[in-house]
Amino acid sequence: MKPTDTQNPDYFHKVVDCQWGCPAHTDVPEYIRLIAQGRFSDAYMVNRKSNVFPGILGRVCDRPCEPVCRRGRVDEEPVAICRLKRVAADHKDDIRDRLPQAAPKKNGKRIALIGAGCASLTVCNDLVPLGYDCTVFEALPVPGGLMRSNIPAFRLPVEILDEEIGYITDMGVDLRLNHRIDSMKALLAEGYDAVFVGSGAPKGKELKLPGREAADANIHIGIEWLESIAFGHIDKIGEKVLIIGVGNTAMDCCRSSLRLGAKDVKVMARKPRGFFKASDWELEDAEEENVEIVINHSPKEFLLENGRLVGMKFDVMEYDVENGRITDTRVVGEKIFPCDDVVLAIGQENAFPWIERDIGIEFNQWEEPLVDETTYESTRHGVFFGGDSAFGPKNIIWAVEHGHQAAISIHNYCRGIPITERLPDRMNLASQKMGIHEWSYSNDFDDAARRKMQHVPLVSRFQELTTEVELGFDPEQVAKEVERCLNCDIQTVFFDQLCIECDACIDICPTHCLTITHEGEEADLRSRLKAPAENLEQAIYVSDKLKQTGRIMVKDENVCVHCGLCAERCPTAAWDMQKSLLGISYAKDHDGMTTCQQRKAG
Amino acid sequence: MTWIAKPNVNFPGQTKNELGLSLRDYEGVTSTLCAGCGHDSITAAIVQAFWELAVRPEQVIKMSGIGCSSKTPAYFLSGAHGFNSVHGRMPSVATGALAANRDMVCVAVSGDGDSLSIGFGQFGHVVRRNLNMLYIIENNGVYGLTKGQFSASADPGSKAKKGEENRMQAIDPVATAITLGGSFVARSFSGDKEQLVPLIKAGLSHNGCAVLDVISPCVTFNDHDGSTKSYAHTRQHYHPAIHTDFVPPSEEIKARYDEGASLPIELHDGSTIVLKKVDKDYDPSNRVQAIGYLEDYRARGEIVTGLLYIDEQLEDMHQLSNTVAEPLSRAAYEDLNPGRDALKKLQETLR
Repeated sequence: MKPTDTQNPDYFHKVVDCQWGCPAHTDVPEYIRLIAQGRFSDAYMVNRKSNVFPGILGRVCDRPCEPVCRRGRVDEEPVAICRLKRVAADHKDDIRDRLPQAAPKKNGKRIALIGAGCASLTVCNDLVPLGYDCTVFEALPVPGGLMRSNIPAFRLPVEILDEEIGYITDMGVDLRLNHRIDSMKALLAEGYDAVFVGSGAPKGKELKLPGREAADANIHIGIEWLESIAFGHIDKIGEKVLIIGVGNTAMDCCRSSLRLGAKDVKVMARKPRGFFKASDWELEDAEEENVEIVINHSPKEFLLENGRLVGMKFDVMEYDVENGRITDTRVVGEKIFPCDDVVLAIGQENAFPWIERDIGIEFNQWEEPLVDETTYESTRHGVFFGGDSAFGPKNIIWAVEHGHQAAISIHNYCRGIPITERLPDRMNLASQKMGIHEWSYSNDFDDAARRKMQHVPLVSRFQELTTEVELGFDPEQVAKEVERCLNCDIQTVFFDQLCIECDACIDICPTHCLTITHEGEEADLRSRLKAPAENLEQAIYVSDKLKQTGRIMVKDENVCVHCGLCAERCPTAAWDMQKSLLGISYAKDHDGMTTCQQRKAG
Repeated sequence: MTWIAKPNVNFPGQTKNELGLSLRDYEGVTSTLCAGCGHDSITAAIVQAFWELAVRPEQVIKMSGIGCSSKTPAYFLSGAHGFNSVHGRMPSVATGALAANRDMVCVAVSGDGDSLSIGFGQFGHVVRRNLNMLYIIENNGVYGLTKGQFSASADPGSKAKKGEENRMQAIDPVATAITLGGSFVARSFSGDKEQLVPLIKAGLSHNGCAVLDVISPCVTFNDHDGSTKSYAHTRQHYHPAIHTDFVPPSEEIKARYDEGASLPIELHDGSTIVLKKVDKDYDPSNRVQAIGYLEDYRARGEIVTGLLYIDEQLEDMHQLSNTVAEPLSRAAYEDLNPGRDALKKLQETLR
């Protein structure tokens, strides 16, 4: 196996599992350290740089960072990364003077953006400071897209939305509200320099079963129904409600039903637990509110009496499950559940009835636009897609990343530079040694369990539709939770020429992740380390030959807790703890891109 | 030393021994020795050996004298008994302890100063007495605690950190122990745990005094060019004469070794050590040959390692003294002190 190439920024980036797992590559360990120091505003700005909406995401992000958090591999639960983000947002000072500012002089380029959701807003965030004229067309009377219309206020208060959207629109975005775009052709004719489509995935899936049309008055499409609640068009629902589907939208629907007066809410799942689409924590929150989740029931028919919905008939299913996969399915019976209303939350898709099919924007057989996964450009030059409208429903954090990438493309496109010429990420390493046994980070492992988020008591929770359920962490919880972070960005960096093979690092390592051994191929090496490296998703760090014996130092990155003891016990400083700082290239970094850099990037 | 204690992390893939204990259960407090000290590596090898043997920590007594080496019992087996004795007098205290309680597993850690200078006499007699213990000498050739003067094991011609040359002859604890009639004499190196761990296990299982000399470089005062006990010098002149594999009583031996090429020796407790000769002419049961071999390689400047001499038939102290099988510490007071009348009777027999 060849020595690890640590010059490649991806190597150390991957060690920071949370940052690697985050689509926008938020520097999680850095902002958690800043929170630990009480520097909430700084922590907020670290977040905002990459994810743009820390206050919003700190409440409703789908947290791709948490399942991959290294803490989850040495403890029962990962660090509460998402809720710490909220801590930074809630406790920051006025940071308006630190936000990007509109360029004093416009560059004369006009960009049209369709939909005022997180993707379009991110594009504006990146391009307005570069002098672009951004015009956002929004069908609804307020900006925010699905963040506002589909996420209930008891999870995401309106003030937070207004604040963080305001940070962008206040720079000087031309926001055209109540302005639905009905024809792409007409918009293109207006002569914009580039067009960005960030119109989301606004179409809820339909469930065509007998009785669907006759019972239409009491059958609601989840995302449309949530939007009607958000805008005050709906304020009540029947006593008995069935939610069809068990994704995150279903969780929002069942919990909203309880707040509109429902007494008995059941979420009907076709498959058993373990096959649900909803995130575990959203399921937990719904079940805490006494929502019943009924498994193995497949919808069959809507039942009516005197022209009114009275119940639903289901097939009772049985599954054979092997190694987490369903191998066989059987119908073993039928069951009727009485109900007053049904909410369909079985998925959503993007829909483009307003894009003409003869203007060079190509679609695939499922009517999805063909979009490049790096540049976000459609098959028509100058038209870009991002967010749910590009690749179907994902999460806010994905839409933000799409926005950043599309902004780079648009910036290059408007300057006549090929959009494939993009700057690579950079990596900076700096030693964290402060003294013989002192590091500039909190290296002691704290074995505390994950702090539990406090919720508003059940009795008072349902009185107001807008009562935010989560109270946020209190100061003691914050102080404990920040110490759970393992500082994965403080890297163990090895210098083979200095090593005298005394074994001190190997003997002190609390997780047996170091070994000095003879060379071999990766699979062979992994099997003969001090603790076998069985997690193949985690890299092993392999040194060049050591001076004295020609053996190699191997480190399994999997469960290193970054305590720094290897570096402390090293007599020759062959190990050092160095902070890796990822330099992500945004549109503004491409601004000063010289020909030389362009050639390198290409 | 480090500010933080080695954290207790529950990571996947940790294994437990027969007693259900993890390796961490055999550790002690964090070492206060210099970073990179060979002694810490030996400590780790001791931890590994005890864990693999699945010895109950409370069954063990750790003995030591004075010096860097003698601090190390604090760093392994926190659950064991221990006695940090006067400089060079550890063998006497160990003799007392084992005389009173012969069921204890005794591991003694000493250094070249503690055993070859101030305690040389004590060392010689405990080997003669064949006290049932593992006697580890952590040998670095310098007095580290007093800032690096040559010790009695420093080789002639070896250079101190500031350049002066040692002109006195060296005491070789291995050759000395064989001459004194030791029953188990081995040498190893702190940087070679593959050799060291089986030797520690064999020494603990051997019935009698197992002397294990371990070259253990002093990173602070004796790891420079010109030193003959540095990591680099030891590795360059390392000569393993024999490979030792320890096979616990429960395991079948023949499946692992072809007869002829290797020499199995059954130990008192039913376990076996299998010696695989690197040098086919070497015979670890021949005292004359062993001493000749050591002298031969010493003249060439090579460091001979491995289990260099063993005589499993020699009687240990309790057999020599014909003591009772029951540890005296568990005997009833009346048996230990039968009273004035019994004493009188005894004296009568001597008149």
